[in-house]
Amino acid sequence: MLDRRSVLLLLPLILAGCAGWQSVLDPEGPRADLLANLFWVFTAIVAAVWLMTMAVLVLALLRRRAARADPLVLEPEAERSMARAVGAAAALTAAIVVALTLVSYGAQRALFDSHEAELTLLVKGHQWWWEVTYEDAQPSRSFTTANEIHVPVGEPVLLKLRSSDVIHSFWVPSLAGKMDLIPGRENLLIIEATREGVYRGQCAEFCGWQHAHMAMTVVAHSAEDFERWRESQISAAKPPDNPVRKRGMEIFLTRPCVMCHQIRGTPAAGRVAPDLTHFGSRLHLAAGTLANNRGNLAAWIIDPQGIKPGAHMPLVKLGAEEIEPLVSYLEGLR
Amino acid sequence: MSETVLRSPSKEALDTDVKDGELPARLAATWGTAAGLIGALSTVDHKIIGRRYIITGFFFLFLGGLAAVAIRLQLARPDNTLIGPDLYDQIFTMHGTTMMFLFGVPIGEAMAVYLVPLMVGTRNIAFPRLNAFSYYVYLFGGLMIWIAFALNIGPDNGWFSYVPLAGPEFSPGKRADFWAQMVTFTEVSALAVAVEIIITVLKLRAPGMTLDRIPLFVWAMFVNAFLIIFAMPAVMLGSTMLILDRLLDTHFFNQAEGGDPLLWQHLFWFFGHPEVYIIFLPGTAFVSAIVATFARRPVFGYSAVVLSLIATGFLSFGLWVHHMFTTGLPQLGATFFTASSMMIAIPSGIQIFCWIATLWDGKPVYRTPLLFVLGFFFIFVAGGLSGIMLASVPIDTQVHDTYFVVAHFHYVLIGGAVFPLIGAIYYWFPKFTGRMLREGLGRWHFWLALIGFNIAFFPMHISGLRGMPRRVYTYPAEMGWDALNLVSTLGATLFVASFLVFLYNVVVSSRGGEIAGDNPWDASTLEWATTSPPPPHNFDHVPFVTSRELLWAERQTLPVVAGLAVDKREVLVTTTTQALPDLKESSPDPTIWPLISAIVVTAIFIGSIFTPWAVAWGAPVASFVIIAWFWPKSTEENV
Ligand code: HEM
Ligand SMILES: [Cu+2]
Repeated sequence: MLDRRSVLLLLPLILAGCAGWQSVLDPEGPRADLLANLFWVFTAIVAAVWLMTMAVLVLALLRRRAARADPLVLEPEAERSMARAVGAAAALTAAIVVALTLVSYGAQRALFDSHEAELTLLVKGHQWWWEVTYEDAQPSRSFTTANEIHVPVGEPVLLKLRSSDVIHSFWVPSLAGKMDLIPGRENLLIIEATREGVYRGQCAEFCGWQHAHMAMTVVAHSAEDFERWRESQISAAKPPDNPVRKRGMEIFLTRPCVMCHQIRGTPAAGRVAPDLTHFGSRLHLAAGTLANNRGNLAAWIIDPQGIKPGAHMPLVKLGAEEIEPLVSYLEGLR
Repeated sequence: MSETVLRSPSKEALDTDVKDGELPARLAATWGTAAGLIGALSTVDHKIIGRRYIITGFFFLFLGGLAAVAIRLQLARPDNTLIGPDLYDQIFTMHGTTMMFLFGVPIGEAMAVYLVPLMVGTRNIAFPRLNAFSYYVYLFGGLMIWIAFALNIGPDNGWFSYVPLAGPEFSPGKRADFWAQMVTFTEVSALAVAVEIIITVLKLRAPGMTLDRIPLFVWAMFVNAFLIIFAMPAVMLGSTMLILDRLLDTHFFNQAEGGDPLLWQHLFWFFGHPEVYIIFLPGTAFVSAIVATFARRPVFGYSAVVLSLIATGFLSFGLWVHHMFTTGLPQLGATFFTASSMMIAIPSGIQIFCWIATLWDGKPVYRTPLLFVLGFFFIFVAGGLSGIMLASVPIDTQVHDTYFVVAHFHYVLIGGAVFPLIGAIYYWFPKFTGRMLREGLGRWHFWLALIGFNIAFFPMHISGLRGMPRRVYTYPAEMGWDALNLVSTLGATLFVASFLVFLYNVVVSSRGGEIAGDNPWDASTLEWATTSPPPPHNFDHVPFVTSRELLWAERQTLPVVAGLAVDKREVLVTTTTQALPDLKESSPDPTIWPLISAIVVTAIFIGSIFTPWAVAWGAPVASFVIIAWFWPKSTEENV
């Protein structure tokens, strides 16, 4: 179980919302590092080329010269030297292009060479959330969660990317480049974090109305914390520990909620919406749309369409007195 | 006057038989457009149609610009609720679709329709009725999509409409069908114009205009027409398959039934990449013309520029996969497309170097057209270079589909096409209207546009790198993108405002601008050899071309050809390479049938969105109007 303390420790990072949060320029893993370095190499070279070109252009404009009486009277010597200059510039362009192609190819080899990893996750894109399955040789030890991926620090993790509807793209820029999720295909991507922390990512291929609210969080832990988290996720949901939550569970199980959501350990076994077995342990709700707290959760249940218009969670009519127990129950699913 | 007289056995009045003073009026009567509405709608004059084409293109630029303003307003603040996701998706789709299909491609062709016949020294474009037809089809297609948008059934899957999102399952309703049919409309008209341009350049050049005397402007438009002919069929195939999937339950793109969603991407980008060169090549045409005139010397490296144009054309068909680097392609294949994408920098670079060399050796005259060309260098070179970064597969996996890409393609599209185009309007406005645009307002327009553009689009590179995907209708405050977005919005406002200055300039100058005269810039190409605006028949006498820069070489009198009919429409057909006089060919008279055909075709295209029977019932009607259009008249052939 992810203890409260580590969540609290991570909180400032989440709120600060900058470094390592969702940025190509804040790499936090070996692949993202490589990509950032490559990016800077290219940037330096193309910036130099731009500056050189503009410098020559400005010189060409500022150069003093006499007006030409007849535009057709050209000086052969000047023409020849310009031909040499243009030829040299073209040759230099070609050389730069070849060099950059080789540099790029080298980086590409390093990035895509191996798709081997200890840990394999199946990530399935849905309009507009992520289903994440931790596979295990023992079927009883594999489990499904949503919108949040936990990984051990310093270990490559292989993602098998699939889609259940339209094309999405998995992108956590601080850890790796993006890769599309295409219906009928399986793409592979390796992510790896070098430091503990919370990394945000978001769908990068337009996928309909709520493309903007299809984010995911990657939490990188030490190996021990990760194991603890994994064990807690494998287990089914604990039964509610107080009467309010018990009431909440009854509400959940007698309302349309069960038709779509699964809570392992209860009769709720819907598979078309995010698994909620350990919902209370997650940092966000509705695929990164809101921070996971009582107020937001209540707001979401009362009016999902107001918060995420078009989302495939319908408005479920609940009595005013039913919200509180339901929220307490879900919150308790740690 | 030096004259080459063509002898012919025909009995009609030839220009050699008519007194010089009488000739212009009689030719104008032959080639003129009848007064009244029917006359206006029947016209086959390439200048009138070209002018309509240009105005319509700018009208769509304006609509696309309004959509851009709406996008920027929504993104100005985080968690903004001004525009919801449904409308936002329609707006960015309309923006992209309008800019690419209804502005980018047609405006280049529109300028060619007006200018190419003048520059090659002929009296009308080849297939002038087809030209009228293509304009109406374009206009109706564009209106259709905007009317659909106004009725809240606008397309909402982005300008490349990826399946399965745009397929029957995830986009029920008619929105995606309107989009697919809009593509069909633009296809038909773009292909028709491409054929007209190619034939005009190959067969209607003034005698003496050998291949190496063709102006660079015309070369660029000519190569561009070939790109259109080879690229468009791919998307036509794609959009037809999409319509069939949506309306007739075929499964081209449905992977559950053995189709493939990636097939759409290949078809679309096989068109879509050349498409951006289709938008850019007319830009090079304008730059070549403007640089020569205002540097006061011919463009340096004529053959190098022509070969670069052709090389760009070929290479542009080998790059499409760089739009698909994150779809999980085999790595070796992807590398090939990295190499080919970077390679296209070489011919583009050579053109830039040749223009800079021209300015280096010339004596630049800083008028508004040249300013916009300098803006083009500043912006386009930056966009081209960020393109080199995107060509790298690894880098692309980070920046693909982010605001970095949005920045990149606006640098190339606005830098490479819009800046040269605006320069071109300042440059040819005197030819189009007989009046100059105001220089002072032109300068204001230029500086506001240059500054506004960079403030709007430079920050997008950074927001993209800091994780902002494209096509999001909003973003949370804690992402730290708000300042960058606010700046972008302010810059975009400035950029759009600069166009109000332009609009104002066009309106006041077209009435009260300084009278231009035939050749206000002392330019060298043939469109300046006639009056401003040109008479219906373009030239009283068809010029005889003795030099690439004819008006600079022949300052005293222009050599001309005589012997064409006066009282009937006749153009001179020349041989393809040497441009030797070959035949005198009659050029079609005005007729209303192209308009009627366009209306029938429009009804079929739109009707087929609702029922496949529209095609079945429409076909006989279409055959009827086309027969009427081509009904043979008894004209005798002149050889
Ligand atoms: C006032 C000037 C313009 C502004 C402020 C502007 C702004 C934008 C913005 C912010 C987007 C991204 C929308 C999103 O991802 O949600 C966009 C998309 C786009 N723009 Fe522009 N733009 C302008 C002019 C142009 C021009 C002149 C062209 C082409 C010649 C163009 C072509 C496109 C295309 C193709 C897209 C992609 C649409 C899509 O994602 O389907 N834009 N523009
Ligand atoms: Cu998505």
